[in-house]
Amino acid sequence: MTFEPLSRRRLLTRAGALGLLATIGTLVTPRLVLAAWNKAAFESKTLPETYKLMGAEGATESGDVQILASDIAENGAVVPVQAVSKLPDTTQISFLVEKNPNMLAALFDIGPDMVPDVTTRIKMGQTSNVVVLVKAGGKYFTATKEIKVTLGGCGG
Amino acid sequence: MNRRDFLQLLAAAGASGMALPTDIARAEKAADRLYDAPAFGNVSLLHITDCHAQLKPIWFREPSVNLGVGAMKGRAPHVVGKAFLAEFGIAADTPEAHALTCLDFERFAPIYGKVGGFAHLATLVKRIRATRPGALLLDGGDTWQGSGTALWTKGQDMVDAAKLLGIDIMTLHWECTYGQDRVKEVAEGDFAGHIEIVAQNIKTADFGDPVFKPYTMRDVNGVKVAVVGQAFPYTPIANPRWMVADWTFGIQEENMQKTVDDARAEGAKVVIVISHNGMDVDLKMASRVSGIDAILGGHTHDGMPKPTIVSNPGGKTLVTNAGSNGKFLGVLDLDVKDGKVSDFRYRLLPVFANLLTADADMDVLITKVRAPYEAKLAEKLAVSEGLLYRRGNFNGSFDQVIVDALIAEKDAEIAFSPGFRWGTTVLPGEAITMENVLDQTAITYPTTTLTNMTGAQIKEVLEDVCDNLFNADPYYQQGGDMVRVGGMSYVCDPTATIGKRIDDMRLGGEPIEAGKTYKVAGWAPVSEAARDAGGEPIWDLVARHLRSQKTVKPPHLDLPTLRNMDGNPGAL
Repeated sequence: MTFEPLSRRRLLTRAGALGLLATIGTLVTPRLVLAAWNKAAFESKTLPETYKLMGAEGATESGDVQILASDIAENGAVVPVQAVSKLPDTTQISFLVEKNPNMLAALFDIGPDMVPDVTTRIKMGQTSNVVVLVKAGGKYFTATKEIKVTLGGCGG
Repeated sequence: MNRRDFLQLLAAAGASGMALPTDIARAEKAADRLYDAPAFGNVSLLHITDCHAQLKPIWFREPSVNLGVGAMKGRAPHVVGKAFLAEFGIAADTPEAHALTCLDFERFAPIYGKVGGFAHLATLVKRIRATRPGALLLDGGDTWQGSGTALWTKGQDMVDAAKLLGIDIMTLHWECTYGQDRVKEVAEGDFAGHIEIVAQNIKTADFGDPVFKPYTMRDVNGVKVAVVGQAFPYTPIANPRWMVADWTFGIQEENMQKTVDDARAEGAKVVIVISHNGMDVDLKMASRVSGIDAILGGHTHDGMPKPTIVSNPGGKTLVTNAGSNGKFLGVLDLDVKDGKVSDFRYRLLPVFANLLTADADMDVLITKVRAPYEAKLAEKLAVSEGLLYRRGNFNGSFDQVIVDALIAEKDAEIAFSPGFRWGTTVLPGEAITMENVLDQTAITYPTTTLTNMTGAQIKEVLEDVCDNLFNADPYYQQGGDMVRVGGMSYVCDPTATIGKRIDDMRLGGEPIEAGKTYKVAGWAPVSEAARDAGGEPIWDLVARHLRSQKTVKPPHLDLPTLRNMDGNPGAL
């Protein structure tokens, strides 16, 4: 409806058409590649084990960590989730889904010049708590929200 | 029956000992009293919601079961019958009591007559507007769906009727089941310059850009009034997602707060939300979002004669719900002084068709749009010996007719029918017409299905839907009623948690086994695969079954045995 997003969309479409996105991609990728891939954490099958492998066993809940997501998923296969950290010196933001076979769904390393605000889409097989785990100043903090995955079709 | 006949009947009823006036003059006075609504303040908002495309007057029985659990127990809207009358201070055996509750419905319906109808509603709107210059008419949605003519014209009959009625601003739910392209076509075509669609919680699925304006600012008698839209948050879940493939919904509480803040920053002295959240969700939202003067709600079809006043960090918010099927007009009068709301009056006016003459222009429109379909709609399929209705947390008698038809026609053991809250009522002794069947079934994904399901899967479905209804946190509720079940019995504990509410499922007295397979009939599948597979529409199946029956005995309702609900004021 407003003009601004339309022009942004047009810009992105054109950028994509011209191959500009690929160029931007190469600028960003090296830092992601350089970050160590915590294979064991991504493959672990219990929450305590995942925390342990991430060195996050002492994580505490924090009001400065926010998780933004729909209460009921529109599509369990692609659930948009956003995490915002207001903690100083935030260096890492992860998403964990308690009832997924592998809990750790995504991990973002946050550089010093980045805004600690990330959005991704995760896959959920069933209703579950989703935990945002933030590393800030070398310590771990969490925020939790239950996201419901339902069969649907019976409202109204 | 004309207005004079009706008043004579009222008087006669009074003479026969009912609590009604005993002469015509007094009956007429009683009728006028219903609509004597003196103006108040300087900003008025008229509100309709969930009319479900009912252009003609109809019968509509309010629920006898509307259970609240946890903090919602016994609180509006979870009161029925006498508890409802007590909660709102309404005298029994009055027109208001008949409009708002199911008490003695069969006795009073023939006396007070049909309710709603756009021609009668139009007369009431004009009457109220005459004393309230500048009043805005707001529509909470579920306007384009619910009748045969709406389905066959892709909502065009209702689009035209809404414009003629003079609706200023609306939000959405079932409108979306004609597909996102149809909604945009109407918004940018028919509605341009007439009706604005607002929805702060509909965004594009890719970038999260707004699809509609989150709010619109109107000047009402020199007061800046912002009207924010809250569409049904769970449209892509409760209805087929593929119909709104590029849109995402959700409650989006943070964005609601931002929208209200934006409207205030733009100078709004009054902020109104037209909401399709459902009342429990509205009550929770009102307690957490600051700066809203009133949430005019719908979706859960709760006809609430008084608003609930909810406290939040920013002050107080009124929460209303204006019923369904064109039965009511909500009137909120605000006195805005020194840049803020200082006082209010609220009325929920029942639309008694016999007390309001049909508006001529609207009547012409309705006659015209129905003309090509009248013969089909009027077909008498069978005579009903009992009262047929839908509304209520568990099976209504019309639902039972539908699940019985599914079991018979599909040769199934069990049948499911969605817990929709729309659907009109048929009185005992009346013919069930094709129009009545379409009032219960007219949707854009009507195919019937027959599926082999294990006992475990059946339980999973019941648990899932039951959680949508009774989750202790309203934000996890979807606002429909429990799935209607035919053929089987079960025990339900609404106070339990998901996975533990449904118990003792039985088929023909025998326990349903988790690993055993059962033939289950249903309709209204939401998946794309089901759409592509096709199948007979539910109205054709039910009509065929009814034609073969000639008369329908009062159905035996397959109701669950309820646990921990003794004394709950949400049940008779």
